[in-house]
Amino acid sequence: MEFLSLIIGLVFVNNYVLARFIGLCPFIGVSKKTHPAVSMGMAVTFVLTMDSFVTFPLYTYFIQPGPQNVFYSLTGTLGMPAAQEFIRANGLGEVLTIGTFILIIAALVQLVEMVIRKTSKPLYDTLGIYLPLITTNCIVLAVPLNNIAQVKAGGDWFTKSFPEGLLWATVSGFVAGMGFLLVMLLMSGVRERLAVVKVPKPFQGVPIVFISASLMALAFFGFAGMMGGLKANFG
Amino acid sequence: MEFLRQFRNGLFKENALFVLVLGLCASLATTTSVKNGFFMALATTFVIVCSNAMISLIRYYIPNGVRIPCFIIVIASFVMIVELLMNAYAPQKIVQALGIFIPLIVVNCVPLARAEVYAAKNNLINSIADGLGIGAGYTMALVLISAIREFLGNGSFWEIPITTAISSTDINALIKTPAVIAIGPGAFMTLGSLFAFFKWRKMRKERKIAEALLAATVPWEVGPEKKAAPATT
Repeated sequence: MEFLSLIIGLVFVNNYVLARFIGLCPFIGVSKKTHPAVSMGMAVTFVLTMDSFVTFPLYTYFIQPGPQNVFYSLTGTLGMPAAQEFIRANGLGEVLTIGTFILIIAALVQLVEMVIRKTSKPLYDTLGIYLPLITTNCIVLAVPLNNIAQVKAGGDWFTKSFPEGLLWATVSGFVAGMGFLLVMLLMSGVRERLAVVKVPKPFQGVPIVFISASLMALAFFGFAGMMGGLKANFG
Repeated sequence: MEFLRQFRNGLFKENALFVLVLGLCASLATTTSVKNGFFMALATTFVIVCSNAMISLIRYYIPNGVRIPCFIIVIASFVMIVELLMNAYAPQKIVQALGIFIPLIVVNCVPLARAEVYAAKNNLINSIADGLGIGAGYTMALVLISAIREFLGNGSFWEIPITTAISSTDINALIKTPAVIAIGPGAFMTLGSLFAFFKWRKMRKERKIAEALLAATVPWEVGPEKKAAPATT
């Protein structure tokens, strides 16, 4: 049941592009035709799933305050009780998540590109140049940060215990990517229609895409009641 | 003066948001009020200036193949610094409103694009000028968007209520603006309209220049007729 509310929540209600305004650069830049749009969506989903899977244990075991932190046991064996107490209370410093996550993402994207190029050439040709481009995409950093925020808030999607949390984080990454793919698909369809319609001159190009996106976002706002309805009907 | 010229470049001619179309994510999500937009732009400017300076200092030592990861590491370290600074010195409400968008300055296209295009090829002073100019232009753009959004949505500016009693999302206001316009889709519509407005102005300027050019040149028909007339008579 929580899976369904996770899917509805991330794909429709809190869509990363339309409701949270993340991942707009490829949304505007790549959505002219359906084929590149879908390729980009699939590439982003792929990277997000692996990314959430890797960054969640990294955060839990290296940065999060508490006795499960690797540095807790390290300072324990080195015999530094003051440092150990510091690690238990404060972790390694929340601010380090930025640097470590971005390094992991860059390395991961590089690795994924190499692996795909060697194992499956058709897939590599489909994804094309979008794979390296994803490193500087807002969405691949926003989704892990959001997973971490969910853990800290202790919301009902994530538990603080590690194995279950890892499953939720990975599924959350995959579903967020699916939401991105859905919106890219919709926008590419709309833009292909817009190309043959008379658009006022100042609005041609980027502005009309934003206006269409605003109407799409308005439509997706209609899903907001689904979360409460799901809870009320299915518990 | 190279410094001033590079500074002015970033304000209008190569405005980060409206001309180069960079940094869209932060510009929509953090501009719900002028205070939020201004502090976000301030943080981004800090990162741009510092990372431009650092990258122009080490530009001869970065191997060409790994320059993008190097830039990202430099930018990430300055974003970590700015996050600590904001958590310490900025008002708590603003930090909560900006949320995850301060860490997202790392993947904001603006610092990376300026590093790649300018800072890696120019000396320290010019890179700082470029950073300041781009940051100032970005600040102006963000303040513009958030002024429109805050005024139409909440009737205030910098949280000073101007027409809040008349039109705001509060239920006691005379004209209750729906939050859905002020916060969500209204952001897209504002940005689209602003882009259209600037494009219209550019089109009008180009048309005026074309008309002035046409009026200043001698029309082609005058030449051959005048030459042909004496020959026939």
